Amino acid sequence: MRWMWIDRFTEFLPGKRAVAIKNVSLAEEHVHDHYEAFPMHPASLMIEGMAQTGGILVGQMTNFQEKVVLAKVTKAEFDDIVCPGDQLTYEADMESFAREAASIRGVVRKNGNPIGTVDLMFSHVDQNLAGTKFPEENFVFTGSFQRMVAPFLEGGDG
Amino acid sequence: MTETEVFAKVQETLVDALGVDDDEVTPQATLTGDLGAESIDFLDIVFRLEKAFNIKIPRGELFPDNILNNPEFVQNGRLTDAGLKELRQRMPHADLTEFEKNPDINKMADLFKVQTIVNYIVGKLAA
Repeated sequence: MRWMWIDRFTEFLPGKRAVAIKNVSLAEEHVHDHYEAFPMHPASLMIEGMAQTGGILVGQMTNFQEKVVLAKVTKAEFDDIVCPGDQLTYEADMESFAREAASIRGVVRKNGNPIGTVDLMFSHVDQNLAGTKFPEENFVFTGSFQRMVAPFLEGGDG
Repeated sequence: MTETEVFAKVQETLVDALGVDDDEVTPQATLTGDLGAESIDFLDIVFRLEKAFNIKIPRGELFPDNILNNPEFVQNGRLTDAGLKELRQRMPHADLTEFEKNPDINKMADLFKVQTIVNYIVGKLAA
């Protein structure tokens, strides 16, 4: 199973903004480990959810040709906990985009109310300054991520 | 914009980019040694400076690249005379006085000080 921490996109404006939702369910194993007596969705996975929302926004800029990886969590602040039955919304706005990297500003909502800020930077790993080579195959953007966003793109087949 | 005003904005930029306190961002503080910047932070800083000052910073202009990987410029872990000449041309905004006495490439990171950025921005705004 692919490591996916968003359920679907509700808005996708290429180069500008992406909004995705994630419904937290008691059927998900991870909440039972975090914690058995009080299941809740970990903050680290909210960062991952924002990274996936923003990462796809960044990846689409180059038609998913670059390998986009999370390079820096510039800021991550949460004011509330998230439990099974809650719906999370990840709003990612493109802040900067360059050949080597990109940054987004993110707002996390719980059932519509803002509960957090997650600002991130992504790197295009093939453009790294050290000149390190990575496999040719794009291991970041496989079909499953692209299918999620296809309905929002012109000529998309989703 | 005066140099003091430029410094205040650079300070604010570095506080946001590196998560440091404003009193740590002194003119002589080094980005990597004193403020803990890593490679991705340099790009983050460039992005933020472009926005804060509404300028375009071509890659390699503020923080020069392609010097350390050129054998003409580096020999036995030190910059050659040609390397130093190149660095002087590429980094007129840095104070190379100390570095030139012992151009050990491991000490090159110390050239990237808060004041180096301030000098660069002041020059850029005057151009």
